[in-house]
Amino acid sequence: MEPKPHAKHPPYVGIWVALAVLTMLEIGVAFFQGWPKQLIIILLVALALWKALLVALYYMHLRFEGNRLRILAIAPLPLAVILVIAVITEYVW
Amino acid sequence: MAHPAVMQPPAQAEPGAGVYNEKLGMWVFLGSEVMFFTALIGAYIILRFAQPGAWALPGQILNVPVTAVNTFLLICSSVTMVKAFAAIQEGDQRMLRVWLLATVIIGATFVSVQVFEYMQLAHEGFLPGGYVAGSHLAEVAESGVAYKGGPALPESVGLYGSTFYTMTGFHGFHVTMGVLSMIFVTVKAYRGGYTAQDHRGVEVIGLYWHFVDLVWIILFTIVYLI
Repeated sequence: MEPKPHAKHPPYVGIWVALAVLTMLEIGVAFFQGWPKQLIIILLVALALWKALLVALYYMHLRFEGNRLRILAIAPLPLAVILVIAVITEYVW
Repeated sequence: MAHPAVMQPPAQAEPGAGVYNEKLGMWVFLGSEVMFFTALIGAYIILRFAQPGAWALPGQILNVPVTAVNTFLLICSSVTMVKAFAAIQEGDQRMLRVWLLATVIIGATFVSVQVFEYMQLAHEGFLPGGYVAGSHLAEVAESGVAYKGGPALPESVGLYGSTFYTMTGFHGFHVTMGVLSMIFVTVKAYRGGYTAQDHRGVEVIGLYWHFVDLVWIILFTIVYLI
């Protein structure tokens, strides 16, 4: 099967700018003194997931792939979440 | 010819997931990589929950500004990689080579900066086993005084050191393998090995490269900033 050229490229440079801005925002949040530590951790994880999502959707083209490949790509994620939750339970309960 | 114990394909070609074999293989490999890094991150999280006092605050031991620049470099290498892919989609051989070469150089720079970071940390006395006896950091930790705008350093950082070097080391190994693979792809590009109709190698190495960038985005946050 031959790869199909895209009619129009996604906004690659725009995504790069967004990633750079989000990284600067992360560093600012990490060293901000006025907020509780828990809030800072939640914000940092949210920003990291946002960046990861941008890379997966636009640079890895998951946004433009078919459903079967998307399912293949996200299949390990529930398992990854289960693994992390399973080990955390040792200290939460 | 395959051994008779192995079943032969029932048909000459099957549609599969609607993608070519190399790309499907890379996505399956990346699925296994997700679980590999999840195991590392999961172990890191449980150890941090178990021994919260064994970790220093962000920036006390690790050099966050240098690593932030390195993170920016990796983000830049992702955009050069995807621009190489876009160039060959349009049949632009010259820009394919330029962007691939830029990706190799930036990727190699990332690894070099990481080696520099390790050398600096080792020089200051932070190793996988914890502080080096008699080192600057060991003396600061023993003194019990506030350090770099935070509290005193933990008395022992063996867990911190081992998890830090394991996670960043495995990631650095992945980047190094990516750079080596990228050199192969770049050489092939200089020999005219890719066309607008068939540039599978560029897309497949790109998927790996972006995944390595994606993992670093997560690692940078949980190892350096939290």
